[in-house]
Formats: sequence, C-alpha cells, structure tokens
Amino acid sequence: MPTQDLTDIRTFLTEKVIKNYSGIFDKPTTDRLAVIRHEKVSRPVIYIGTGTCGVISGALSTLERVQKYVSENNLKADIIEVGCNGFCSAEPLLDVQLPGKTRLCFRNVTEDRAEDVLNSVFHHTLQNDLTLGQYKQPGLEEWPNVPMLEQIPWFNLQTRHILKNAGIISPVSIEEYIAGGGYKSLYKTVLNYPADKICEIIEQSELKGRAGGGFPTGRKWKIALDTAGDQKYMICNADESDPGAFMDRAIIESDPHRIIEGLSIAAYAIGASQAIIFVRSDYENSLNILETAIRQAKEYGLLGEDIFGSGFNLSISVRQGAGAFVCGEETALISSLEGQRGLPRSKPPYPAEKGIWGHPTVINNVETLANIPGILENGPAWFKAMGTKSSKGTKLFSLAGKAVNTGFIEVPMGITFSSIINNIAGGVKDGKALKAVQLGGPSGVCIPPADLDTPLDFEALSGIGAKLGSGGLIILDEKTCMVNLAKYFIDFLQNESCGKCIPCREGTKKMLDILEGITRRPKEETTHETLERFKGVVQLESLANVICDTSLCGLGQNAPNPVLSSLKWFREEFEEHIFDRRCAAGVCHDLRTFYIDVEHCNGCNICQKKCPENAIVGSPKMPHFIIESKCTGCGICFDVCKFSAIYFK
Amino acid sequence: MLLTIEINEQQVSAKRGETILTVLNRIGVKVPTLCYLSSLSPTGACRMCVVEVEGLPHLVPACSHQVEEWMQIHTHSPRVLKARKNIVELLLANHPDDCLYCDRNGTCELQGLSEELQIRERKYISRQKPVQIDKACPSIQRDPAKCVLCGRCSRVCKEIIGVAAIDSVGRGSNTRIGTSYNRGLNFNACVKCGQCIIACPTGALTERKSLPQVIEALGDPGLYPVVQFSPTVPAAIAEEFGLKSNKDILNLLRYALKRIGFRQSFDISLASDINLTEEAAIFLERLQGNKNLPMFTSCCPAWVRYIDIFHPQFSPKLSPVKSPQQIMGTLIKKYITSSAGIKPEKVFVVSVMPCTAKKAEAEYDSEGIRPVDAVITVRELVRLIGLLGIDFDKLEPEPNDTAFNMSSSSGRLFGISGGHLEGLMRSINFLSTGQDLNPGKINELRGLKPRKEAKIRINKIPLNVIAVSGLANAIELMDEIENGRDNIHIVEVMACVNGCINGGGMKIGSDEKNLKARMKALYDADEEEMVKVAHKNPVLTELYEKFLSKPNSPGNQEILWKGNSKSQEL
Amino acid sequence: MDQIFEKYSLKKPENLIPILQEIQEKKGYLTDEIIEKVSVHLGIPTNRIYGVATFYDQFRFRRKGQYHIQVCRGTSCYLCSSSSYLKEIEKLLKVQAGSVTKDKKFSLETVNCMGGCSQSPVIRINSTYYHHLSVADLSRIIRTLREKSE
Repeated sequence: MPTQDLTDIRTFLTEKVIKNYSGIFDKPTTDRLAVIRHEKVSRPVIYIGTGTCGVISGALSTLERVQKYVSENNLKADIIEVGCNGFCSAEPLLDVQLPGKTRLCFRNVTEDRAEDVLNSVFHHTLQNDLTLGQYKQPGLEEWPNVPMLEQIPWFNLQTRHILKNAGIISPVSIEEYIAGGGYKSLYKTVLNYPADKICEIIEQSELKGRAGGGFPTGRKWKIALDTAGDQKYMICNADESDPGAFMDRAIIESDPHRIIEGLSIAAYAIGASQAIIFVRSDYENSLNILETAIRQAKEYGLLGEDIFGSGFNLSISVRQGAGAFVCGEETALISSLEGQRGLPRSKPPYPAEKGIWGHPTVINNVETLANIPGILENGPAWFKAMGTKSSKGTKLFSLAGKAVNTGFIEVPMGITFSSIINNIAGGVKDGKALKAVQLGGPSGVCIPPADLDTPLDFEALSGIGAKLGSGGLIILDEKTCMVNLAKYFIDFLQNESCGKCIPCREGTKKMLDILEGITRRPKEETTHETLERFKGVVQLESLANVICDTSLCGLGQNAPNPVLSSLKWFREEFEEHIFDRRCAAGVCHDLRTFYIDVEHCNGCNICQKKCPENAIVGSPKMPHFIIESKCTGCGICFDVCKFSAIYFK
Repeated sequence: MLLTIEINEQQVSAKRGETILTVLNRIGVKVPTLCYLSSLSPTGACRMCVVEVEGLPHLVPACSHQVEEWMQIHTHSPRVLKARKNIVELLLANHPDDCLYCDRNGTCELQGLSEELQIRERKYISRQKPVQIDKACPSIQRDPAKCVLCGRCSRVCKEIIGVAAIDSVGRGSNTRIGTSYNRGLNFNACVKCGQCIIACPTGALTERKSLPQVIEALGDPGLYPVVQFSPTVPAAIAEEFGLKSNKDILNLLRYALKRIGFRQSFDISLASDINLTEEAAIFLERLQGNKNLPMFTSCCPAWVRYIDIFHPQFSPKLSPVKSPQQIMGTLIKKYITSSAGIKPEKVFVVSVMPCTAKKAEAEYDSEGIRPVDAVITVRELVRLIGLLGIDFDKLEPEPNDTAFNMSSSSGRLFGISGGHLEGLMRSINFLSTGQDLNPGKINELRGLKPRKEAKIRINKIPLNVIAVSGLANAIELMDEIENGRDNIHIVEVMACVNGCINGGGMKIGSDEKNLKARMKALYDADEEEMVKVAHKNPVLTELYEKFLSKPNSPGNQEILWKGNSKSQEL
Repeated sequence: MDQIFEKYSLKKPENLIPILQEIQEKKGYLTDEIIEKVSVHLGIPTNRIYGVATFYDQFRFRRKGQYHIQVCRGTSCYLCSSSSYLKEIEKLLKVQAGSVTKDKKFSLETVNCMGGCSQSPVIRINSTYYHHLSVADLSRIIRTLREKSE
C-alpha cells in the first residue's frame, strides 16, 4: 500500500475505531471496516493457513500452486496468508471468498488438490469431501448445501473468544486486528483507569493463570503493583516446551496483537515500563511474526513513550529461549533471562516481589494474557458468566494423539472431557478403543475413561487427583502401553531436570532406571539385575512420593505424576510387566515373544532368512517355527512376514 | 520485629526475615545440611534441611525459607526423616563405595549424613559412567565421581574468591562441576587457593599429595631432608592435637619434625624478614619516584596468579620480591646448608604450608636448583605425624638449635591478613627514620575484617594502606583502583579470607573459634617477642653481610626477585 | 562476530544468551575460541559461559552435517512410534542421535516438540518438514539426499 494510504488508514483506525469507545459506528465507518477485515470483498480472496502446522503439512507448496493458478488464469485475486483456525489435522487449510458470497473453508488442500479446489469454487461446482464449511456472514449470499463452519463438530462445542481471529485474519495485519475491535481495551485502560482498578477488574473476573498453577492473575498483579520498586517487569512466557502442546504457538501465529494488547494492559496494571516476551527459539515463525507485530504497534503509537498521551511508557522486547523445559518455571525463566543457567530459585520470595534482577516481576503465559483484552472490553461479569463455580472463562487445549480430529480448541470451563473427545475430536482413530487421556504435559496424569465425565474445572480435577496443566490433551488408544508411556515421560523429565536439587536430579534418574529394568528383556537380565528390578519396583512408589515432597520447583514436584497416576489407574499393567514379563500392547519390544501361526505360514522362508539370530527353523513350503530361547524379540520376522503369520504375546 | 512460631510443639520467638535454619540453630535443634555454608548465599539445592510446615503442601528447606508468624514446624517428623534418608540414599547410589581408600575417610559429610540417618544398605544401584580424575593442576585434584553437586566449591570460587574457575556444566543427571570444554583445572582461571577443598563435603576435591614424595626423600640416605614451616603451622598443630598453643608448641613441633626424620627445621619467618627488608627499600624508591603505586604485596601466590590472568596491566605494581617460602628455600640451599658443606642438590627442602597454591608456586619456580622440593599442607603434616606414630603427649620440647630460626615478630605476622602490612609499615618507618613505629601495633590492620584500611604517617608523609583478604574483596578494590582511586600507597592481598590462618591447606571444618585461636597465637607472639621489626633481626645482619647484598640492589634482585621462574600455565 | 559484539555492546550478563544464539546462527556451533572471545567481551569467566551453553539444548559444540535431520520426540510423535523412525535413521546413517556422520553429510538429533502434533510423526531435514512418513520413505529420502550431495 502506498504510504499515503497507510497514514490515512492509520489515522482512520486510531481516531474512529480505537478511540471510539462506544463501538457504535456510522455507515461509512462500518463499511470501511468491513473492507479492511475482508468481510466485503470486491475481488476473490484466497486465504492459506501458513502457520507451522500448515507448513509442516505442505501449505507453502499449496501457496505456490495457488499463486501459479492465479497468474495462469489471469485472475484478479488476493492471496492472504493466515494462521491456523485450530483444525490442524485438516491442514493445509484454504479459504476462498468470492465477492458477495460467504467465505468457504477447505480442508487438506495439498499442492495436488489446490487446482481442483479452486476450480470448484470458481466454477461453482463444490466437491463436498474437501469442503469443511462456510463462515456465517449475514448479508452475504450463502453457498447451498455447505454446512456452517461453526456448526460442524469440530467447532460447535467451542466458545471462541481468544481464538476469535485465529485463521481468519492475517497475523501481520494490525489493521485487521484493530478493525475487529482490537486495542480498544488498551486505550480504555490507559486513559480511564488507574492501575489498581485494572488489577481489581481482573481479580473480579476470577481469571486464573493458564500455565498450570492456577494462581489468580489479578492478585498476582496487585502484589507486584503494591511492591515498591523503581523498575518493574512484565514478562510473557511463550517458552512453550511441553511436548504435545502448541496453543501458545498457535495464538502467536494467528493473532499476535492480542498478546501484545494483553501484555501492554498487564504492564500498565503492575506499573511496568518494560515487557519481555520470552519465546521458544524453535518457534522461528512466531518470532518473526511477533517482531513484525511489535513494529506495527510502535508505528501506531500503541507502544513507546507516552501512549495516547497518558504518560504511560512501554517497550516490549522479544527474547528467545534457548531450549530448556525447566524455563517454563517462572524463577528458572528469570535466571535464563538474566543470562544464567535456567535454575529455579526457592520461593518465597515470589517474582512478583523479587523477580528479575531483584525487581518486582510478573510472568503470565500467552493464554492468560490473551484473555485480558476480552475481559476489559466486555467486563468481568461477562467473563465470570462463562465456566463453573471455581473456574471461569474458557480454556485452550491442544488435542493430539490418536484422535480422528486434532488441533487446538477453545472450550468453556465446565465442559466434560468425554464431550471434547467424542464430539470435537471425533473419537478415537481407526475405530480403536479409548484407553486414557493424558492431560497436562509430561508431568501430567493419565485419566482413564471412567473418569472422563469429570468437568473441566480446577476443583473437580484435583478431586480425581489430576491437574489442568498447561492444556495438552493427548488421546491414547488401546494400543498404548502405560508403562512405556510413563517411561517416556520420566525419560523426558530426567533429561529436562535442571540438575540443581538432589531429589529431582537423582530421583527421576532412578525412576527411569527402575522403569527401564521393568521393560528390559528378561533373557538378558543377570541375577543381580533381577534383584535390582524387584528392589526397584518396591521402591518406585515411595521414591516418587519423596520426589514430590522435597523437590525445589514444580518440575520436580510434579515429575513423578506420570508414574503415580499410572500406578493409580493402571496398576495391573505394571504388574503384568513386572511379574508376567508381558506387555499386552506389544509396545515394550523387549518383552515380546514371537510365535508363528501354522495356519497362516506358507513356508516362504523370508523370516528365516532375515532372522539375525537364526532362531527360525523350517523347511520351504512348510510352516516354520521360532525357537523361543534363541529369539531376542527384535520383531524383524514380524515386519517382513507378508502373510500375518507371525504374532507375539 | 519479633514474631512467634512453633517448632516441634514449642513456642519460639523469631525475627522477621530470619530463615528457619537460623532459628533452629539458635534454639539448638540440629537439622542436617549439605549445600548450606553460612558464608555463602543459600541455594536450597540439596534439600537435606527440609522441614515440615503445617499447611504447606511440600516440605520446605530450612536454609532458605523465612519464618512467618505462627508457622508450625516439625523438624524431625517421620515424613521429614523419610525424605532426608531417601535423599542421602539417592546420593549414595552414584557414589563410589571406596570410603576406606578415600582422602576424606572420617571427615566426609556424606559419611556423616549416612551414619546420622542410619543408612545400612545400598538402596539404589546405578551404573555410572567412569569419569576422569582431573590431575592437571599441581595444587588441586578433582574426582567428579565423588561429587554430590552441592555447589559449595563453585559458590566459594565465585562469591569468596571471585574467579569462578569451576562451575556447573550440563543439565539434569548429566550435570557436573567442571571447567570450560572440560579442560583441566590448570588451564583456566583457577588461582589454586584451595578454598574449594575446604568447602567440599566429600573427597571430590583434595590437594595433590606430596606426601609420598616426602616419605621417599626421608628414606633416601643420599639426601639431606630439611623442613621449613609457615608461622601458622604451630598453632594449627596445637589445635589438631589438643595442645596448648603457647611458646612450647614451637619446640614440640620442632621435635616432632626431627622425629619424622628432617635433619633441620626452619621457621619461614626469617625469610619474611628478608622480604620485608627488601620491600621496604623498594617501596621507598617507588614512593620517591611516584611510580607503580600502590605497591601490591606478592607473598600470596593465588593473588599473584590472579593478577597474571585477569589484570596483567597491574603486574608492575606487584612487589617483585619472592615469597618467603621461595626465599627460605633459596637461603637453605645456597647458604645455610652449603656453609655446612652439604651440596645443594643433596638437600631436599620440604615446606609445610596452610596453603595449596604454594605447591604450584614451588613447582613453577624450578629453574636450576629449585628452592623448594615439596610442599605439604598442614593436613598432610598431620597425616605424616600419625603415620609415624608420633605422640605429642610424650614429646619433650626441642630447643632451637640453629641461629636461622631467629625472626622478628613482624615476619610471623605474615600468617594473618594485615600482618604483612603491619610488619612492612614498621620496616618502612625504621628504614626512613631509624626509629620504631609508634605505636608499633597497628590496630586498624588487625582482626577478622575482610578489608582493613589505615592511614599512617611515616617521616611526616601520610600513607594510606589497605589489607584485603578474600580475593573477591580484592577484586572490588581493583575495580576501585581501575576507576580512578589513586590515594592508596600499599595494598596487601591474601586470597583466602583472613589470610593464611584460613588457608586452603588448613584443617577441614575449621570454625570461627579456630580462626580466632590461630589469630591470637600470632598476635600473642608479637606481644612476647622482643624483636618486632625485621630490620632489627640480628641474623639478617649476618645474612646481608655474608650472603646478600644491600637491600634492593642488583645482586639481591638476582636471588630474591621473581621473574626467573617458569611462567605458569594458563 | 564483532558486529554482534557491537550490537550487544553493554557488558551485561543478560546479553550472554542472545550473543551465543546469534554467533551460533552465523557459525553453526560454538568453539572454545568463541567462548574465550565472549568471555573477554562480557567479562564473564569461560567456565560460566560453558556452563550456561551446556545447560540449553539449543547450543551445539560440533559442526552440523550438510543435512541436519531433526526427529521430533514430542508425545504425539512418540505415540506414532517416532522412536522406531529414529532407530531406522540411526541404522541408515550408522550414527547415534546427537552426532554427525563420518563424511559430515548428515547430522541427527532429536527435538522435544516441533508443534506439529497433528502431523505426527514429524521429521525435519534442514528447513523441509516431512510427516506421516513410512520407513520405506525414509530410506528413499536419505538415499536421494546422499546422491544429491555427491
């Protein structure tokens, strides 16, 4: 856009939108906003989701193909890159909006399908298998026989406030964000309210920290506000390192200005003029988007000195995390920001009193901050109206694992896990049975199906011994071995333990040793190791309790959760591994013993040739046989058999 | 502000801001600690001192958790005891089972904890990767296998010494105390002060042993073994063997050394007198020319190494005179024994020091005939005495049999921070006025404060002098000087806090009481001694006539100045 | 490197990690000479810098291969047997995760999570992502890359 237009649009958005607090616009303004938001288009617009999930699925190739299509067909069409709408398993997502018609959303539009999809739109011959749905846009002509997007199972149980813009607007367009009501809350905040009033509003809304701890956000801010200090720091923790959780990345990639607005309001509320966004370094895309968004906000005068003439100054810097899970813990994050090893510190003192370089510091995670503009815009009562008695508002989850549909979702507090799994996620993939739901990242718990009617609520969850955690929700099917999964998590945690306190450093290592002993091949075990294994098993639970009880930070205190929760709900599976030396799921390779089904074996000889241990005997064309004492359980025979004649117990 | 808390069902008053541990120590409830050292910032890393506080979900570390009104604390509940025991068991899982062969057998804190918590079997077994012992340094040896990662060594090295030569490396169960790129301790910023050894609860850090070499020399009929000892040694030996630290102890020590097999024993203080005589002359020359001021003392090798590595631009300010240890070695080999007709190469000089850095100092001053052949720490001497079955209770004091044990009390004051400076002020005054400094005792330079400043008028010139101990404190002073402070004339630096009485070669687990006793022994000796100024030492007159040239003359520079020594590895 | 030092000209310890990150971005890995220089620039002892660098996963002390293979080990990928993919790659390249092949062509490492949990298992080679691969695809891809580099 030419500079003149940019200045013009900036003035328009600042004066007419941000500063118009009523939200009531005259006709020309409404029209112009609809144009900025691409709700009214004069020529076709094609949107492609190029968030990380899209890119992994091949969205960049799709984008290239679309660009080629447009130029080959001499189309006058705009192509806009957007984030992800949450339905990651449907990536690459491609939306098309034709003038006068509602916007359509297509799923899994890989490079090879792009042309067909675009043809179908431009020729009005929609193929239903790839059509996800159409947006609800009053005043525009609807496509016949296309479901409303908000009514398809993935979306119909969601309440999307934080994700309002996700996948819809361009993340690098501050104009679209403002045109949708953005930065109004910041304006209202800095001009109308003293800092303590903001803390009070947030406290009234009963918003609790979304990183797992569940501490009331407003109270945390108030503590920092009330602590004397010439410099205070507001930090946004986007160092999301739970394996299997990616909501923070998703919000940043889809709607970065929401974070910046939330962060700015928080900084104002605690009296900080410095804010830092701490982003995981692997999230290159997020880093770039944030840098761009901050630059735009500065150009709009939303950051910097004397914002809106209120006297409030704020500068935001972006810092890359260097890759350590423990830095999700706030005091470790502070150590890391100070340029040290990311070691947690003893609390109290809490960061809100004594944080980075000893200054009062508030650390909130991305989701918590993303809630702030909405609360300021609609009031605490609006927020409180959502959810349950002890938990208000909505919660983001990243749904992953063995579900039909996966991605990230925003649901109201109080919804049951079973409705998330059955409706939103569409049940378990490949018709398998559900075994458990893993909640809250590596130090979370596995909830068995029987407890899935528990509502999503801080209190109800702790009632069944679970914690909400940061919002990873992983669906496990019957083929999952709970012992193996616990081992995986403990392995992760012992590797990510900072190494400072003994129980976490040594204890998690010992727990891993014990679990490895349980899953180690019995034949290769020495007498000494057998003794060790039994000793270990006896100690596992008490060791786990001591680690919980004595560790310095949350990582250690929660590290034994995967083992404790699995022992609680899946004890028989542990016993089967320990005493019967069997893994029913067949995941623990060392515990498998292979057999040949004489009915199916036609004596093709392949397994015999491939067996590295010469453990298979048999004449050609005759059923073969595995010598159990020679078999090491490597599973090569199983993999090479074309007749499914080999099975294991 | 006072508040009331409840400890093991007893009401106790405490001050706001105090840690639980402080209160427990005051009321005499003992909880075990491992990573805690009162001189360092608490980290709450080892979790040994955890206690149960009612209402809190987890156990909290007493060392770093502050008291709050009406806290109800249980220090030895079953839950707490189980946790502590489990933590030690976890540490033992990785610890080599070689207590019998360990340097710290009997003084190991892990052993102590294991006994205290009644651990009677190895509960967890883990296979440890073999690790290499770092033997690169002539002073300090590191055995990572025995490290419990309490971080005391690295905190001492950073907070007290200020060089951070060792630090945590890696993460999780792969964390080690190590050096950059795993290069040995000799190839980094380590100043070899040995404070890490004192801080280490286990045998992970020890001095490099010179005892085997000494024992071999003692048994070699072709050698003439002699010993020289630092003025801090008699008091340290008295403390170790439960003897009264009075005049007799010196003679008892002499007798013990003779029984060990040393043909002669010398108090290094004589060399300190020479050092003072030379330095006084050098200082007056510098003062007159107003160059290379402030003059830095150079008797502490850890300090000298620090300047070499971090502030080479300050090297010219260092006094060029060798340390008393090296001067004494030279004196023994080149004058005392050779006057008696013994060839220098036959003489084997052993030096007993409260210091580990002296080992490296002797090692690197080895051009030609090295002045000192082996340096043993006080700890090593104690072992040697034990090994040779010497019973102090039955020893008779051995009267001094050589003139070369005559020294002024100034020379002996080198053992404590401020003492060298005090002696130097007396000598400078005597040299420039021919009079005794009045008063001779400089109170501002005495005591256990880490930085002591005095303003002393000599020959009508006011001199500002500072004695600073603990290298980190010296580093602060260096920053001041670098930032323009220019009103100081002499700076005495000792790397260890309070100087050699708290050296890295002293007893493990010394407390303030020990330090005060060692200090008192030196000050008492000064009170009792008639000759208080180095210049008045009659032996020096002989030495300067027969062996040395005039103070600060080219002839003396050859023998007494540094610069001929091999440059230290970096 | 001087440019980076100029950008972070202040002797503040908090600049340590950004400086190391930018140097690694440019040079690919950290050597002891680099740490020495950073130590002089910031006035932080080399051991501390080494201690910080070894704490974080991001920093590497060896050169990457021409093709840098990252295997995601996130929970979702793990459930989709990313470990057998890893084993397969280790077998194909004859190296363990965390090391470089002898011919310096490939380096292999595991990462905690790439955030592509719906596309599990995910593998990344340089900047290209691969998802939903079969074991046969893997050996084909590696073969192609190997041929391409020759």
